[in-house]
Amino acid sequence: MRRLTYIAAALIAAIALLVPVLNLWVPPDSPFHVPDYLVPLLGKYLCFAILALALDLAWGYCGILSLGHGAFFALGGYAMGMYLMRQIGTRGVYAHPVLPDFMVFLNWKELPWYWYGFDMFWFAAIMVMLVPGLLAFVFGWFAFRSRVTGVYLSIITQALTYALLLAFFRNDMGFGGNNGLTDFKDILGFNIQAQSTRAVLFAVTALILAGFLLMLQYVVMSRLGKVMVAVRDAESRTRFIGYRVEHVKLFAFTLSAVMAGIAGALYVPQVGIINPGEFSPANSIEIVIWTAVGGRGTLVGPIIGALAVNSGKSYFTAAFPDMWLLVLGALFVCVTLFLPKGIVGTLAEWMAKRPAKKTHVPATAPATEAAQ
Amino acid sequence: MSAQDSLLYLDGITVSFDGFKALNSLSLIVGEGEMRAIIGPNGAGKTTMMDVITGKTRPDAGEAIFGASVNLLTLDEADIARLGIGRKFQRPSVFESHSVWDNIELALAGNRGVIESLFHKLAASEKARIEEVLETVGLTSEAGKLAAFLSHGQKQWLEIGMLLAQEPRLLLVDEPVAGMTDDETAQTAQLLKRIAKEKAVVVVEHDMSFVRELDVKVTVLHEGSVLAEGTLDAVSAEPRVIEVYLGR
Repeated sequence: MRRLTYIAAALIAAIALLVPVLNLWVPPDSPFHVPDYLVPLLGKYLCFAILALALDLAWGYCGILSLGHGAFFALGGYAMGMYLMRQIGTRGVYAHPVLPDFMVFLNWKELPWYWYGFDMFWFAAIMVMLVPGLLAFVFGWFAFRSRVTGVYLSIITQALTYALLLAFFRNDMGFGGNNGLTDFKDILGFNIQAQSTRAVLFAVTALILAGFLLMLQYVVMSRLGKVMVAVRDAESRTRFIGYRVEHVKLFAFTLSAVMAGIAGALYVPQVGIINPGEFSPANSIEIVIWTAVGGRGTLVGPIIGALAVNSGKSYFTAAFPDMWLLVLGALFVCVTLFLPKGIVGTLAEWMAKRPAKKTHVPATAPATEAAQ
Repeated sequence: MSAQDSLLYLDGITVSFDGFKALNSLSLIVGEGEMRAIIGPNGAGKTTMMDVITGKTRPDAGEAIFGASVNLLTLDEADIARLGIGRKFQRPSVFESHSVWDNIELALAGNRGVIESLFHKLAASEKARIEEVLETVGLTSEAGKLAAFLSHGQKQWLEIGMLLAQEPRLLLVDEPVAGMTDDETAQTAQLLKRIAKEKAVVVVEHDMSFVRELDVKVTVLHEGSVLAEGTLDAVSAEPRVIEVYLGR
């Protein structure tokens, strides 16, 4: 499995270079040209892959089935959206130097305090990680300390994202209400609509995905990663050998939320909008389906799941718009029934069974491997 | 013996669940390095007693002191485990998706913090200790196997091995031979006796021939309190013990 992760990370890094090159420098009439519309679309899929990978750390490895991970993604997206709004400056419809259009429209006179600092990229970048991370930390602190587990935890995470959905719909929250944040112009001084900017955003997304993949490979191979799996499989046993189960869960949940926030921040400039719909409970459930289809508890699985399901979604919603939800539902039922370990999990199991007949592994070998 | 020179000192422990007294003013003293067998009919409070000692259940009244002066009643499961009380559950409870080696490694005494675990490198001394524990419980040849693939008896031994790796001062062992073959039962008795040379062990067991094999002081529980204490032969001769337990 470790080798599979390295191959996948290398492949994603290669795609990070290849797609921009084929888009920008290969002439449009060449068969190798990547059309302009495809770059942000693929970038969006990669953001979803980061999101699925993040959920897999919490669910696949630590057993925390979060049905509210869309909330962390959306919060990261809003933090990036706020930065992009403040970059518009006087180019808005009302040409106000400080206030975004929707605030002028609502007759607001001053920028709310929580919008301060978002004109600076570094500040927004910190908030992208800090806001989802802090929310996950506080939420997890109370939930895990009170030993809320299983389906109860899933339900309150779902309630969390629903509560945020309702809150962000309100105009007086100061986040653009129903319409959300859109009409972005620049990111770090570069025109957000320019093809070169989009190519760079794609490359950055792919490189961050590859980086997260390697980081999680380290985490799950560490002793802490083994403790996470122990918590997932036998929580009270882990507690009785002296591990603070709530701390282990808090680490996995918070790191996962921070990753989801970064995915959201990369998503917003590529799709050009963030609105409260991203908090919708159904979105969070879709993330679970991507992860389950690809294979929870494997690192490459969720990435494959997110890419496969979302390409399917793009195809079906265009070709058979009414069918998509049925297909998605059927997919989830079939995966649960026939591929409970997902695509990668099932393949790995199949691979592990095959050579076992031929090679006899000496009993001491695994011990030395474990010791490395 | 008083609270000062005992390892585990329980006094007047009472636990009630909806009015039913699972433990009724239970008092028990286990000395440093002592091995004790606890017997009693179903519902006598054996498992509840272990829950109280390991912090899973909070008693309504009573005192539980570990070592010279540590009050167990203010600590949680992880704190108590770190203090040096290991517990083996009635049903074998091991980490099935980890190898036998990893099971022992996770239980190994040492820092349990999140950050330390993230950056931990297995030291040569730890590796040697894991090998030593595997040797003691007779699972050396199974080190690389997933725990899920062990037999029932091997899982019980692995769990005892995990307890040893924790380097506890007191082991609480709940029905270690339930579901074992006679052969495995005899091996387990030998194993526990070997462990008891260095550590205090409290064994809860139904199997009388196993208790006889252990040949240690026996405490009989009944309806949440101590009914009799002494050698197996002495308690077996007590009329009240015969009435509630052995006679049935």
